[in-house]
Amino acid sequence: MTRHHVSRRDFLKRTTASAAAVTISAPAIAEGAPGRVVVVGGGFAGATCARALKRINPRISVTLVEASHAFTACPFSNNVIAGLRELKAQQFDYKRIEGSGIEVTFEPATRIDTDARTVVLSDVARVPYDRLVLAPGIDIRWDGLSGYTEAAAERMPHAWRAGEQTLLLRKQLESMEDGGLVVISAPANPFRCPPGPYERASLIAHYLKTRKPKSKILILDAKDAFSKQSLFLAAWKELYPDLIEWVPLSKGGRVTSVDPSTNTLTTEFGSHKAAVANVIPPQKAAHIAAVVGAANKTGWCPIDPVTFESKLQENIHVIGDASIAGGMPKSAFAANSQAKACAAALAKLLAGEKPEEPKLINTCYSLVAPDYGISVAGVYEPRNGQLTDVKGAGGVSPANAPRSARQLEANFANGWFKTITEEVFG
Amino acid sequence: MKRIYCLAALAVLFASTSAAPAIDVAPAGAAACSGCHPMSRAVETPFTRLTGRNPADIVTATQEFRTGQRPATVMGRLAKGFTDDEIKAIAAWYAAQKE
Repeated sequence: MTRHHVSRRDFLKRTTASAAAVTISAPAIAEGAPGRVVVVGGGFAGATCARALKRINPRISVTLVEASHAFTACPFSNNVIAGLRELKAQQFDYKRIEGSGIEVTFEPATRIDTDARTVVLSDVARVPYDRLVLAPGIDIRWDGLSGYTEAAAERMPHAWRAGEQTLLLRKQLESMEDGGLVVISAPANPFRCPPGPYERASLIAHYLKTRKPKSKILILDAKDAFSKQSLFLAAWKELYPDLIEWVPLSKGGRVTSVDPSTNTLTTEFGSHKAAVANVIPPQKAAHIAAVVGAANKTGWCPIDPVTFESKLQENIHVIGDASIAGGMPKSAFAANSQAKACAAALAKLLAGEKPEEPKLINTCYSLVAPDYGISVAGVYEPRNGQLTDVKGAGGVSPANAPRSARQLEANFANGWFKTITEEVFG
Repeated sequence: MKRIYCLAALAVLFASTSAAPAIDVAPAGAAACSGCHPMSRAVETPFTRLTGRNPADIVTATQEFRTGQRPATVMGRLAKGFTDDEIKAIAAWYAAQKE
C-alpha cells in the first residue's frame, strides 16, 4: 500500500493553497500510529469528544470540522428570549480547542467517502480518518409541518437552534402589546431538549407577568405528556396562575398547519391567531447524517450503546442529538456524557483493545423562574443493545419541595452551565 | 553468541515499544461526573470539586446520597445508579487526577 508522507498541517496547507482534491486513504493505524479521528460538528457532543480523545491519548490526530467560527449554546437561551440574559453569554469560540492540539477546520462537511474514509469539505479539500465521529446536531424537518418553511420561520421563529432565531423571538415579545396571545407549538417526541418548550413558556410567562400582565401563553402540544410535567404544571399554578394554558394532543393540541401571512396556527379543532408565534417544529438528525447513510427512516441515527458506532455505517460513530440513544434524552448533558464515553471507546479501538462498557449520566435543569429550578436525572448503561435507564436510579425533583430547594436547583443550573461550557470550550 | 544476544535484546526492545501500554481510560461513569463537578480551577460553581480529594470522602458522601442520609438535589437520584465497586473506582480515579 502506498502512502504520501505529509503531515496533517502540510496536508491542509497544500489543499487550501491549491484547492486541489488530495486523498490519503491508507489508514494511519497500519503504520502503528495511534490513528486519526475526524469529528464533524463542534457543539457539546463534538467539541467534548475531540478534547476527551486528546486527553486520553495525545498521540491520536484529531480534526474538528465545524462550519461556524462561533458556537451559540441552546441551554439557557430561553433566558435570552425572556430578556434575562444576553446572547453573548451563550457564545463560545474554538481558540482553546485549537490550542489543545486539535486541528479545527472551519468548513462544512459536504459529504463523506466511506470507502476512502475521507470527509469531503466544501472547497474539495479532503480530511482522511480511521474513525469518524458525527456530532452534527439537528435539522428542522422543513417538510414536517404544513406551511412551515424557512421563510415562515422569519415570521414565526422556532428559536430551536440558538442565535438569530433566539433574538427574533425576543424582539417579537418585546414589541408585542400588553394583552397579546403568545402561542408555542410543541412537537411530538423525539426532539431536542424535551423540557425546553415548557421552560420557555415559563420564562416568557415570567417576563409577561411584570411587563405585559394582560397577555396569555397558549401551548399547543402534539403530545399528551411531557418532561417534568407535574412539576411544571404545579409551578405554573403557583407562579403564573391563568397565564399559561397547555393543550395536549387528546384535547386537540396538535398543530397541523401554520400560516405565516396571518400568524395563525391551525389544529384539528380550530385556528389560533397569535400576536407572537413560536413554532417548535419536528426535527431530525442534521443533513450530513442522512448524506452518509447513518440515519434510518426515523431521521435519527441508530448506534451501538458501547462504542456509539453507527449500526448502518462502519467506522462512523454518532453522538449527541443526532443519535438514537435509547433512554437518554437529546440534551447537552447527555451529549457531553456520550462524547466522553465515545472518546474512551475510540481510544481503545484505535489501540486494538476492547472498549469497556460505559455508564452514562444525564441531568437536565429547567428554570420555571430565575430563582426556581427543577431537574430530571438519569443513569444509563448498555442493555439488550440499547442505552437503558439503570433501574431504581434517576427521576425528577420532588413535588412539594420548599422554595429553598427550588432556589438551590436554580443555582445548580447556573453552575452546571459554567462547568460544562468550561469543560467543552474553556 | 554476541549477535544472538543483541538480537534478543532488540526483540525485547521491539516488544516493549510495539506493545504499547493499555489505554488508560476513566472507570465507567467517572467521565460523566465532570459535566457538573469541574475538573478546571478556572470555573466558579457551587458543585464540589472531586479532583485530588480523599477517595474515602467521595465514597462516603456518594453512599450517603444513595441511602438518603445526606440531603441532596440530583445526587440522591444519581448515586442510586452506581454500585459500591463503581463508586470506589470513580473516587480513586478522581483522587488521582491533577487539579
